[in-house]
Amino acid sequence: MSAPVLWIFLPALAGGILLLVRNQKLLSLLAGILCALLAIAALLLPIESPLSIQAWTIKIQSSVNILGRSLVLADPDRAWLVLIFGAAAAWFTPAASIQIARRIVPLGLVITSLLVAALAVEPFLYAALLIETAVLLSVPLLSPPGSRPGKGILRFLIYQTIAMAFILFSGWLLSGMEANPGDLVLVTRAATLLGLGFALLLAVFPFYTWIPLLSAETHPFVAGFILWSFPTVSLFFGLGFLERYAWLREADSLLITLVTAGVVMIFFGGVLAFFQRNLGRMLAYAVMVEIGFSLVSLGLGGEQGYQGFLLLCLPRLISLVLCSLGLSILHQQAPSLDLDDLQGAGRTWVAASAAVVLASFSLAGLPLLASFPPHLAIWEGLARQSLGNVIWVFLGSLGLTMGAVRVLVSLAAAPENTPWGRRETWAQRLFLITGCALLLFLGTIPSWMSAFWFQLPALFEHLGQ
Amino acid sequence: MIVVQWIAFLLVFASGSGILLYRNWRWIIALLAAQYLGVFLLVQSSWSLSLAAVKLVAGWMICVALGLAHLNRDEEPVVESSWPQGGLFRLVVITLILLVTSVGGRSLAGWLGMETQAAWGGTLLITIGFFQMGLTSQPFRVIVGLLTALAGFEILYAAVESSALVAGLLVLINLGLALSGAYFLINQEEKVKP
Repeated sequence: MSAPVLWIFLPALAGGILLLVRNQKLLSLLAGILCALLAIAALLLPIESPLSIQAWTIKIQSSVNILGRSLVLADPDRAWLVLIFGAAAAWFTPAASIQIARRIVPLGLVITSLLVAALAVEPFLYAALLIETAVLLSVPLLSPPGSRPGKGILRFLIYQTIAMAFILFSGWLLSGMEANPGDLVLVTRAATLLGLGFALLLAVFPFYTWIPLLSAETHPFVAGFILWSFPTVSLFFGLGFLERYAWLREADSLLITLVTAGVVMIFFGGVLAFFQRNLGRMLAYAVMVEIGFSLVSLGLGGEQGYQGFLLLCLPRLISLVLCSLGLSILHQQAPSLDLDDLQGAGRTWVAASAAVVLASFSLAGLPLLASFPPHLAIWEGLARQSLGNVIWVFLGSLGLTMGAVRVLVSLAAAPENTPWGRRETWAQRLFLITGCALLLFLGTIPSWMSAFWFQLPALFEHLGQ
Repeated sequence: MIVVQWIAFLLVFASGSGILLYRNWRWIIALLAAQYLGVFLLVQSSWSLSLAAVKLVAGWMICVALGLAHLNRDEEPVVESSWPQGGLFRLVVITLILLVTSVGGRSLAGWLGMETQAAWGGTLLITIGFFQMGLTSQPFRVIVGLLTALAGFEILYAAVESSALVAGLLVLINLGLALSGAYFLINQEEKVKP
């Protein structure tokens, strides 16, 4: 048994087989169990070390060769495998409760395995091609049969394809740099192309326009899944570059660029979220703010910066799943996700509305919620570097918080005699309440989050120094 | 050899400009097929003939996929919601593209160590593709623009990377884009029908 077979080929095969299953609940259950088992396997099974269970001895090989190239999942990679498959379980399990399992589960599994393959492939330049393949597979997910393709999906395709081209070219330049490390012209060209590639991949300002468009025209749960999967994997892909190339890691200008790009994204994302009247677009701007925080965190450098980056992942996942689930439930009852159409929905859809508001507050980094501890760590680090940046970040966060307050006011603004109700199904309520409880739990006992990254020092050997 | 390169560049220029100027899908697909012939001729200056032929075969498969998707839907007048649509405007755009190509192509040829005509062809297609994507919101034309830009990139990339696996994966991505375009066309049609 080898690690790539277990964590890449098996989920892809399962995705293909699950295309044949028509029962939504069965689909969600099977995919949820598979992904949870893969996450547990990543947590417990060492790679390249023998594991004895009574009379049995198992050793998981780290690599598989395909056409002269390798897929390598080493022991330190188990940390992000836990995150990715845990996240997949979190997305697929509640899908049946909003009748979207047939759309999201089979393709979602294949996309997840392609994204894992992108992080595992050697030479790394193939990762750009695998990410692009995952982007193409997400087309039927984002634009289901019978729906006219919107501008968002077209821009998503355009930006991700151009990003692939830039990263492929920078890969060639970087391999040339290994032979001539002192060539400054080559360094500048490689850094510029790589920067442009990642700016497009991560929707960094001003290439962010596909995020709100896509979020407004797609089912909120699908949008949430895409907005979680692609930026997260792209960020880990970017960390791989930093880990691999010392000249990139040690360049002061890179850290300044990352902080500046992050601050700009937080400010514009927060301010634009405040002016939104559509909750789908507001979720998109919240994701933009989150990507901004990740970039700022990486830009802070050192162990604190990388820890902050990793600590952001889990709260972001829970907030996005919860917010997307709540919005999907509200969307089933309302003609659109515009605030005007959802006015007073909080009285009759208490759990869904509470989940949307709580997740929005968590994404804004309010105290006692899951995103607060990592946001606080980033604020502290940023304050040590530049007070000016802190003000911009504060304004962005304030914009997102005020946007969430406006959502709360709209959802609660029902006519005086409207009776309270609980119209969600028991399954929906179970997922929503669990998500809300997790946000509060991680917000009040944040040490559990750092326990999650049990292999941090080994995961990025050079970055945390 | 140099004559073939010049013919390929002129073919790429004529087909690329035609894609920008014409609105009829039949013309666009025919021009796309001619463009892939030009791409094949330009790429074979860097790659072996058999590997370069993959681009031609894949390109024509793309044209077939897009053409079949179009054949299965009713003819609709194409209405663009934005940007000037006049022929004169597009001619000005083509002139601008030629300027960009002449400046960018020459320096790229030196940098990448490739034939000047191939560098011009690649830059030209990338620029035409970008303009096409920027000038339209029609999914079919956007996908054609994206395929054109990608074809331009592939001409340049062929000079630096000759791996068969990368070529294969790029073909897969081109075909995926074409299938996405066909899927968009069919989806549009389903929405239009009562």
